Amino acid sequence: MIATPEIQTARTRGIANHELLEVSMGPHHPSTHGVFRMNVLLDGEVIVKLTPVFGYLHRNHEKIAEKNSYLSAIPYTDRLDYICSMTNNWAYVLSVEKLAGIAVPERAEYIRVITAELTRLFNHACLAGFLLQDMGALGTPLMYAFREREKILDLFESLTGSRMMCNYLRFGGCRCDLPDGWLKQAAGVLAAFSPFLDQFEALLDENEILHARSEGVGVLPRELAINAGVTGPGLRASGVNYDVRKVDHYGIYDRFPFRVPLGEHGDVLDRYMVRILEMRESIKILDQALREIAPGPIIDPKAKLRNLRPKAGEAYGRIEGPKGELGFYLISDGGPTPYRFRVRPPSLINLTVLEDMCIGHSISDVVIILGSVDIVLGEVDR
Amino acid sequence: MLSLEQISTRICAAIAGARIETVPNASPSAQASLLIDNEHAREIAAFLRDDRELQFDYASNVTGVDWPEKTVKVKTKTKKVIDGVEKEVEELVEQKTPAFLEAVYHLYSMVRGGGPLILRLRTGNRTDHAVLPSLTPVWRSCEFQEREIYDLFGVTFEGHPDLRRILMWDGFEDHPMRKDYQPVAEEETKP
Amino acid sequence: MLGRGIIRGLIETGRNFCGSYHDKERLTTVQYPEEKLAPQENARTIPFLVYDGNDPVAGLRCTACTICEQECPPQCISIVKDTVKKPDYLGKMQLHPKVFDIDITVCMSCGICAEVCPFDSIKMDQVFELAQGKRSMILHKNNLAKSNTYFGEIHPTEAAAVNEARAEEVRKAEAKKAAQAAPVSA
Repeated sequence: MIATPEIQTARTRGIANHELLEVSMGPHHPSTHGVFRMNVLLDGEVIVKLTPVFGYLHRNHEKIAEKNSYLSAIPYTDRLDYICSMTNNWAYVLSVEKLAGIAVPERAEYIRVITAELTRLFNHACLAGFLLQDMGALGTPLMYAFREREKILDLFESLTGSRMMCNYLRFGGCRCDLPDGWLKQAAGVLAAFSPFLDQFEALLDENEILHARSEGVGVLPRELAINAGVTGPGLRASGVNYDVRKVDHYGIYDRFPFRVPLGEHGDVLDRYMVRILEMRESIKILDQALREIAPGPIIDPKAKLRNLRPKAGEAYGRIEGPKGELGFYLISDGGPTPYRFRVRPPSLINLTVLEDMCIGHSISDVVIILGSVDIVLGEVDR
Repeated sequence: MLSLEQISTRICAAIAGARIETVPNASPSAQASLLIDNEHAREIAAFLRDDRELQFDYASNVTGVDWPEKTVKVKTKTKKVIDGVEKEVEELVEQKTPAFLEAVYHLYSMVRGGGPLILRLRTGNRTDHAVLPSLTPVWRSCEFQEREIYDLFGVTFEGHPDLRRILMWDGFEDHPMRKDYQPVAEEETKP
Repeated sequence: MLGRGIIRGLIETGRNFCGSYHDKERLTTVQYPEEKLAPQENARTIPFLVYDGNDPVAGLRCTACTICEQECPPQCISIVKDTVKKPDYLGKMQLHPKVFDIDITVCMSCGICAEVCPFDSIKMDQVFELAQGKRSMILHKNNLAKSNTYFGEIHPTEAAAVNEARAEEVRKAEAKKAAQAAPVSA
């Protein structure tokens, strides 16, 4: 929020009179989802001003990528949004494929959709669990969500070798094919996911505490959401129908008829419910993809693994990640390493309006609003 | 979405004195961009956001790029006297490319579903004229990203409501993403 | 009724709690370190060097081509080539590494070294209980070299495919040698 000079002088006077208190929440804080700090100015318990401070996890990923080849940047993209490594890989690989003009075979596209939607499932489940823990549910919904997440992580481990840092997608396809029995195991995990969602909703949808703490809290108006570049479930909870899967038609998402849930009020409850509904839509997409996937090549045979030197030029590729629009902007000068490697982090841009959502609420609401924005510091700081 | 030429013509028709140049893109992505001048940048941005035919209401990505001075050999035709006869000869002449810092904006239209429209703003040089107009008053999403360009590249954005370092700590003095940045050895940064 | 949602939730929790005593599905943890879960076949932690047969020096497959050193993203591998050549499984004389060091505190377990190796000589191991007191941990050639039998135990499918491919190469080389040695029929 841009404060006028009158407001600024009132604040300085308030601090001098000991009417306003400045507190730093974080960076060592259990509820800030990473090393994130918020300098809040309080009038009693009500927030008057909030300044987010980050950079505690800044590793200058963009500079590291300028020194290494295009292939070596893929494991580093796993570590951006460290919960959703498959979608990070896809966004980067999509940008390089746009830059170098590489085509992707059909089986690889199906595998990408399956892994991306599994990632979306467990990301939203984690978010629901953490948000409820921030509200005081002390771990029970979180542990139920993590039980399902463990099953999906086991699937990723048998496919890629690693639970979280998958490093699986390559330019023009995937690194290795699905092992025998993987599709059956995935179908089993998916069959158990719908009853888990039903159980989760039975646990909490009518809970009075949830509604009292999240209805009307942290409202984000529609026009501000568009102007501030908020994307992902936070934008759709404010009523804007914008999903990059439907707008850009990347991959083979056109073959899957899925709906885009929209919210009405843009408060914390809407952001939570939009994510629950998106999980149900992802289950539908996964059912169809697991049925339709057919044998075939998993990587373009002409794709180069080592020593990829795209022609000089630039490309911006983006996908609908679980947290919002994740984009990679690459400039190539014809050499073996990128000239400029830029990550468009959804978590950072979604934080632009954190202050606007929090002003006038109490400190306990700030924790919940931050939880509903869904940030991961690996992506905010890179 | 209208083509780049059509958008360029519309902008020039609406804003007097605007200087726009199309920057081509040789890669298969074919995402060409518009280089706009710094004096009219904010007017052009507001026009792009508010015009009924364009409605670019969503600034998705703001990137900084460092283009240091490079010496390239360019083939030029010169007239030379060889054996008493004046001939036109092709020679490789060394030229220096201009050095500047650049801010690249990727714009999309949420209402119409089109994009990306890519805008480029260039500074005068990399030292004392590293100033650009801020587009944060037009699109709020540029706020943190322009702060990041200030922090990591050293471009000052005029009109930005809160220009200070965002990722490096406040007392830090260099600009890490520049091409000539030398990282300090680890022992020296330990307190 | 006020509190209806809370009571429904508590019934669900109660069901899970009581169920965990008799239903195996509901008990989802193991008591590590008394019980350990076997790692999946594809799991990867740190790299190791494969040697054929029983001799870790003569049977080492690595030919010091340094492709893994160049492609490694955090640059944790350092190789020094030896000047003496030794024969490989096809009888061709190849270089081998004098020094092959991996700093496993820098290694990020990405597996790119194993993916780009043209000689199937560096593969991903599954050991993860590596904690110890020093800050930096560099593994040398003698720590990294493990036999092909061990490779077959931890990655059976991949080892079987590699062994089959190498046996095929040996068969083709011997067939070529036999064709050259046989006298040309008049």
